[in-house]
Amino acid sequence: MNVTQTLDTKGLSCPMPIVKTKKAMDTLVSGDVLEVLTTDKGAVNDLSAWSKSSGHELLEHKEEEGVFKFYIQKG
Amino acid sequence: MIKALSAKEVAKRVVEGKMFILDVRNESDYKDWKIEGKGIESINRPYFDLIDGVEDVLEHLPKEDVLVVCAKEGSSVMVAEMLDEAGIKDVNYLEGGMKAWSEYLMPVKIGDLKDGGSIYQFNRIGKGCLSYLVESNGEAAIIDSARTIEAYEDFTKQHNIEVKHMIDTHLHADHISGGRRLAEKTNASYWLPPKDAEEVTFSYEALEEGKDITIGNTKIEIQPLYSPGHTIGSTSMIVDGQYLLSGDILFVDSIGRPDLAGKAEDWVSDLRDSLYNKYNNLSKDLVVLPAHFGKISELDEKGAVQAPLGELFEKNEGLNIKSEDEFRKAVTENLPPQPNAYQEIRETNMGKIDPSTDEQRDMEIGPNRCAITE
Repeated sequence: MNVTQTLDTKGLSCPMPIVKTKKAMDTLVSGDVLEVLTTDKGAVNDLSAWSKSSGHELLEHKEEEGVFKFYIQKG
Repeated sequence: MIKALSAKEVAKRVVEGKMFILDVRNESDYKDWKIEGKGIESINRPYFDLIDGVEDVLEHLPKEDVLVVCAKEGSSVMVAEMLDEAGIKDVNYLEGGMKAWSEYLMPVKIGDLKDGGSIYQFNRIGKGCLSYLVESNGEAAIIDSARTIEAYEDFTKQHNIEVKHMIDTHLHADHISGGRRLAEKTNASYWLPPKDAEEVTFSYEALEEGKDITIGNTKIEIQPLYSPGHTIGSTSMIVDGQYLLSGDILFVDSIGRPDLAGKAEDWVSDLRDSLYNKYNNLSKDLVVLPAHFGKISELDEKGAVQAPLGELFEKNEGLNIKSEDEFRKAVTENLPPQPNAYQEIRETNMGKIDPSTDEQRDMEIGPNRCAITE
């Protein structure tokens, strides 16, 4: 997977991880992959739901030592 | 200017008033569990669909008095500010979000006891959990305590009451009991039915029939009545000859489910016997005080959940299933989903695991789901 850009939102709490994800996504073009790092547990469900509702594809997400990593491809 | 509304203020309006709620959590969380009430109207728009603006949602909102709700608070503040800028008057947000809503306990006085003293219901309105405080002459017993024991501590301090007994009617699967922790803090005894306590890692007093518990010098009697079915140890309590604390065996609108410890088939006949024989032989004038409610419509005008046993034998469908076979089906098939993290919650209540406060809070999220119907 080619990550186009990485966005670090570690330490930020809701709604900031998604607000920043959205802003970053707006600068990318269709097909680009954004990697999002967050420590906010609540963001897990919300990022999945947001990707769906905004037409992007959540390719993968995983947890590594308390950090959630999301790979979202712009639709 | 937007304003924070505390869970306490929201609870007051759920019981007595009207309110319009914009819930900005994601759709699945909203569908699973939300603030409800007779005068409550709510719609769901996830906050992440409102980041660019609230124009689309304005036409679905009243011009004034809107409560914005999210999981923890942050997103509701963001959306509330946007609504305020868009011209809606009196925009509030729920302080602490659904997390705080889930934990708030509302004390409601149920009645006086014959020789002095009184009984209070602590309604955890956000989760549908009911606990009880019986007090007489400066002493109290607390039954089916919630995890957040601060509400009882504040209450007993205010009323100058000493906690003598912490009692759990059964090993809970939907919430973490505060019984053991408050007993330790106040030097009270912690009572559990021994059949539910076979695997616990701590010492406790055995809650058994015949072992009456008294508080105060007016001798308020708390008589345990073995009534298995929801769990194998489930024990009801008759307080002062007037109140039947039915635990998770009998609710106002439903009956307890027998499957949360994985033994549904084994416990069906126990459950039927407890309800159709043991309860049927009790005075129908007893006021049933259950450990849960399922729907907010079960609350009366002062926010209490209660009903005479006789009335429940007439109206509660769970008490009116003629054939044993039908009963078996009703309590084992098509049950609602289990409570969130119910296995971990049981293990925590047995003392086998010791999650952090944050983890415990997450484990308890959502409705109680201890009845056979939702």
